Amino acid sequence: MNLALKDIRHSLFRFVLTCFGLGLLMTVVLAMIGIYNGLVADALAIVKAPEAELWVVEAGTQGPFAEASSIPADTRDAVARLPGIAASGAITYQTLETESAGKALRLYVIGYETGRLGGPSHLIAGREIGTSHFEAVADRKTGLVPGDTIRLGRDRFTVVGLTEEAMNSGGDPAIFVTLADAIALQTEIAPAAERVRAARGATPPSANNVAAVIARLEPDADVELVAATIRQWKHLSALSQSDQENLLLASVVDRARRQIGLFLGILLSVSAVVIALIIYTMTMEKLKQIATLKLIGAPDRTILGLIVQQALILGGSGWGIGLTLILLVKDNFPRRVLLEPMNAAVLAGIIVVVCLVASGLGIRAALKVDPATALGG
Amino acid sequence: MAIGDLLIDVQQVAKHYGEGETRVDALREVNLQVHAGEVIALLGPSGSGKTTLLNIIGCIVAPSTGRVELDGEPVFDGHWLRGDLRKLRLDKIGFIFQAHNLLPFLTAEENVSVVLDLAGQSQAVGKARARELLDYLEVGHRAPVKPSHLSGGEAQRVAIARALANRPRIILADEPTAALDSKRAQLVMDLLRKLAAEQEACIVTVTHDEKIFDRFDRLIHLRDGRLEDAGA
Ligand SMILES: Nc1ncnc2c1ncn2[C@@H]1O[C@H](COP(=O)(O)OP(=O)(O)O)[C@@H](O)[C@H]1O
Ligand SMILES: [Mg+2]
Repeated sequence: MNLALKDIRHSLFRFVLTCFGLGLLMTVVLAMIGIYNGLVADALAIVKAPEAELWVVEAGTQGPFAEASSIPADTRDAVARLPGIAASGAITYQTLETESAGKALRLYVIGYETGRLGGPSHLIAGREIGTSHFEAVADRKTGLVPGDTIRLGRDRFTVVGLTEEAMNSGGDPAIFVTLADAIALQTEIAPAAERVRAARGATPPSANNVAAVIARLEPDADVELVAATIRQWKHLSALSQSDQENLLLASVVDRARRQIGLFLGILLSVSAVVIALIIYTMTMEKLKQIATLKLIGAPDRTILGLIVQQALILGGSGWGIGLTLILLVKDNFPRRVLLEPMNAAVLAGIIVVVCLVASGLGIRAALKVDPATALGG
Repeated sequence: MAIGDLLIDVQQVAKHYGEGETRVDALREVNLQVHAGEVIALLGPSGSGKTTLLNIIGCIVAPSTGRVELDGEPVFDGHWLRGDLRKLRLDKIGFIFQAHNLLPFLTAEENVSVVLDLAGQSQAVGKARARELLDYLEVGHRAPVKPSHLSGGEAQRVAIARALANRPRIILADEPTAALDSKRAQLVMDLLRKLAAEQEACIVTVTHDEKIFDRFDRLIHLRDGRLEDAGA
């Protein structure tokens, strides 16, 4: 006779409600884990998208994400000629605000040379940019679809294709345009003072400049060697892909990551306390019944089983409900919620430990209870 | 009536709670022998030690001094002589609780069969025995019902069935008829008498209920923790 299940069935509504409440709490915990992972993945997405191995940026900067970087566009020719370079591309990044369907839309404009490195990694709809002007490939999260037009600076661009998971570390979705369009856009929206200088006849320093040149190497080339060669040009600096990723995590998203990480820690502690409290209260409410069981001769094993099984069923259901809910809603979050099977497994482990510790507290009280209390005399 | 086996042998048992200023002597040098087939009543004013004595016989409370033998086996002599008192209770003692002390999450039938389940009997045996007892106590038709839906009298009879499930030879009851009207109270007592005779068990009952005094073989009066034996 399984007393744990019989007791659960006896007060099923309440038990289900408790499981559901716990499930909601687990949903929040899993959402937070997913947001944390998503933040890191999103931040790295922009660095990983071009599948480069080498980033050539302005000397003395850690560009183009951690710091501003501006180098002449023809740097790409010079880099391409170096031994060991298999492919390369000049690239620009800028954030601007425009309007779509009457709503403000912040976009991360990426300019790249069509046919070279730096374009959208893959398309989920439409086609790549075909002509050199006023065509764009947008991230799915912009809400744009192929055929839409959008104003960037003074010109209207036609969206010809869609990609996904391209955004900056702030979560602004990316829109890809040709390098020429991007440079024009850069000059247009340059600070007023610079425009004044340009009007006076001085060449604006940003004209024809790009943020970085990215490169992919021949299979047998040594990244460090090529980087060292590039650094000999006094106005350039070179970072490997892993340098760039570490830099981004360490400087750009570090604070956001720690913020969410700390919150996640608090959330997990709160959940642990809540679970412990529920299980402890559940046991305390049963003390009189436990005394009755002792009186009629039930061994400790029976009492232990009753408490531990209920605790595990509660924790397990809470986890299951939480996981189901988060999987149902995660795609409705404005930013990526990324859950690995490992995360769910670790959370399950934590819940099991918390349930066992909490049952331990209840069991201590249960084993101490005097069978005479059942007599009510 | 032929005298049966000596089932309860309480020798020179005393029990006090607390020490010094707060010391309460609940029992003082009590001697009590109960034989198989006997049905006895413990009487006395409130606070005279009735529950304490019942709990000592039921191995729920340890005496301060003295000896206790149950069914020929010494169980207490200055200290408990057995480590598994719950097993002892399961095998030898049936408690009749005051009404409504059934497990609320089990049906009437399960409340009875759980005892046999704990004793390691198969589910079928437990079910059959529970049915048999409930039928015998005329609550068989209430077998699938949870205690919260039973009347006071029905709950009490289920509690009696549970106490008898494992065929204990020592049945202890603390005011078993308090929740019953006088007609039902007498029926319950008649039933207990019958059981004691049939199963060679003894029954010790705490009661205040004068209407059922004639159903006992012996009335034992407690006053300030001392026995004043008075035959029926
Ligand atoms: N657990 C306890 N702690 C302290 N005193 C107790 C305890 N149980 C009973 N007593 C005291 O022992 C005396 C006898 O109590 P009890 O056996 O319950 O009497 P009765 O059942 O006859 O009313 C009372 O004075 C009571 O206050
Ligand atoms: Mg009492």
